[in-house]
Amino acid sequence: MEAVSLFFTSFGKSLPGTFAQGLIWGIMALGLYLSFKILDFADLTVDSSLATGGGVSAILITNGVNPALSLLCAFGAGMLAGAVTGLLNTKLRIPPILAGILTQLGLYSINLHIMGRPNLSLLGKAGVLSMSNNTQAIILSVIVCVALILIMYWFFGTEIGNAIRATGNNEKMARAVSINTDAMKVLCLVLSNGLVALSGGFLAQYQGYADVNMGRGAIVIGLASIIVGEVLLGRFTNFIVRLTSTIIGAIVYYVIIAFVIQLGLPSEDLKLLSAIVVAIALAVPALKKKKVKAQLIKAVAGEE
Amino acid sequence: MLTVSNVTKIFNPGTINEKVAINDLSITFHDGDFITVIGGNGAGKSTLMNLISGVYPIDAGSIQLNGKEISRLPEHKRAKMLGRVFQDPMMGTAADMEIQENLALAYRRGRGRGLKWGISHKEKELFKTQLARLGLGLEDRMTSKVGLLSGGQRQAITLLMATLQRPELLLLDEHTAALDPVTARKVLELSEELISEAKLTTMMVTHNMKDAIAHGNRLIMMNAGKIIFDISGVAKQRLTVDDLMHEFAKAGGEDLSDRALLS
Repeated sequence: MEAVSLFFTSFGKSLPGTFAQGLIWGIMALGLYLSFKILDFADLTVDSSLATGGGVSAILITNGVNPALSLLCAFGAGMLAGAVTGLLNTKLRIPPILAGILTQLGLYSINLHIMGRPNLSLLGKAGVLSMSNNTQAIILSVIVCVALILIMYWFFGTEIGNAIRATGNNEKMARAVSINTDAMKVLCLVLSNGLVALSGGFLAQYQGYADVNMGRGAIVIGLASIIVGEVLLGRFTNFIVRLTSTIIGAIVYYVIIAFVIQLGLPSEDLKLLSAIVVAIALAVPALKKKKVKAQLIKAVAGEE
Repeated sequence: MLTVSNVTKIFNPGTINEKVAINDLSITFHDGDFITVIGGNGAGKSTLMNLISGVYPIDAGSIQLNGKEISRLPEHKRAKMLGRVFQDPMMGTAADMEIQENLALAYRRGRGRGLKWGISHKEKELFKTQLARLGLGLEDRMTSKVGLLSGGQRQAITLLMATLQRPELLLLDEHTAALDPVTARKVLELSEELISEAKLTTMMVTHNMKDAIAHGNRLIMMNAGKIIFDISGVAKQRLTVDDLMHEFAKAGGEDLSDRALLS
């Protein structure tokens, strides 16, 4: 009994940090929503562009640049990474997954060059948010998330935003209504990776260091957030709710992770767990269809 | 006016699958021409249309639309001047977007896109009246996702989208072939109405010889990447299915497809 209460006390204590982390990764999930859901492009660039954002922000701060400004630069660096993937795909006709992997691999070296070392500590340097003050970190990230959701809602209601949605939905139709689909793809990947890198910048400042491997598996975390959000709030089709549910999905994902760690799951098994969870979640629609089909066959057979 | 001059298209050149899809073809579409195109499978009907719209580049020749060389332009730039309806009813609309959003996208064909709101109040009114004339009750479902509609409804919307901004040339690629007979007739009637109303220069590929005879002021028959028969005016009005079959046999064409024979 005592063990159970001890378990929940320490789990409860870790919650604020978990929330802050979930919100910051939520920004990354918003970025992934752009490429994966709106453009229908599984963009693996994100695994490296997150670290690009973290690295850019960290190196600038250690060189005395204002932390908020460093985030803006992180956003810009991520946009460049997205542009590379977009151009590889549209101009050189490299398939989406491969284009993302190529940029991801190349970025790894670039990230090392940006930081000058694999791990860059921000010890003693103040960022816009920090683990040592979770309340402030949560408030700030909530404001950022809300602002980003509102901007995205506005943007995808504009003519260009609609053109991007049409490109992701039906490319042939988009071209037939004179949309430059190549340009829309590049633009969407640019914005997507900008958000991912921004998230990386926030993350580096929050945890007090940037690491060249900080984005490994980011795409899986982002997908998990989107899917968890859809499971929780999937019945609402409103775009604002969809975006919000993605952030909520990221928070829930991190709460689950914190919970299983508290249960004693070794942290080296975390990525395996994440992969399994996402694999199951992605398989759900197919499994559901099979079940419905089986029931239909049964029902028809029963009638006869 | 569309002028196609000495256009050639070869698929898979230099391989065992090499196919001359369009063979040194020339034709001029006059303003207001409504041309129906027939021919067996593989005759090059759809390929010709795709070469005009820029789905594939041409290998030789030139294509001029109202005096402007368009054969080097990318597909989306040519789309500014073209209205297109595809054979597959799913192809012409964005399924996950609302009916009015689809129309708003088409309404911006050939115009710049910026950060203005994607659909205005005035447009919604316009779309409502346009949808009402389809007689499908879609004017009351403007915020429904297109994916919820039937193939015929989607094809009717695609037609509307293709003509919402007056195209210099309307391309209909067997656009009723995938529909049931009743819906196909309705969509064809609607096409006829929109075309004659705005006097649109039109090219309609069809497998149905009766449709090809009943519609348009000019008919061309294709075989092996060439135009083998081109008839217009009064002579076209007197045309019968038997005449067409005869012409086809005379040209030494391969068998017309079963679908064409039966229709």
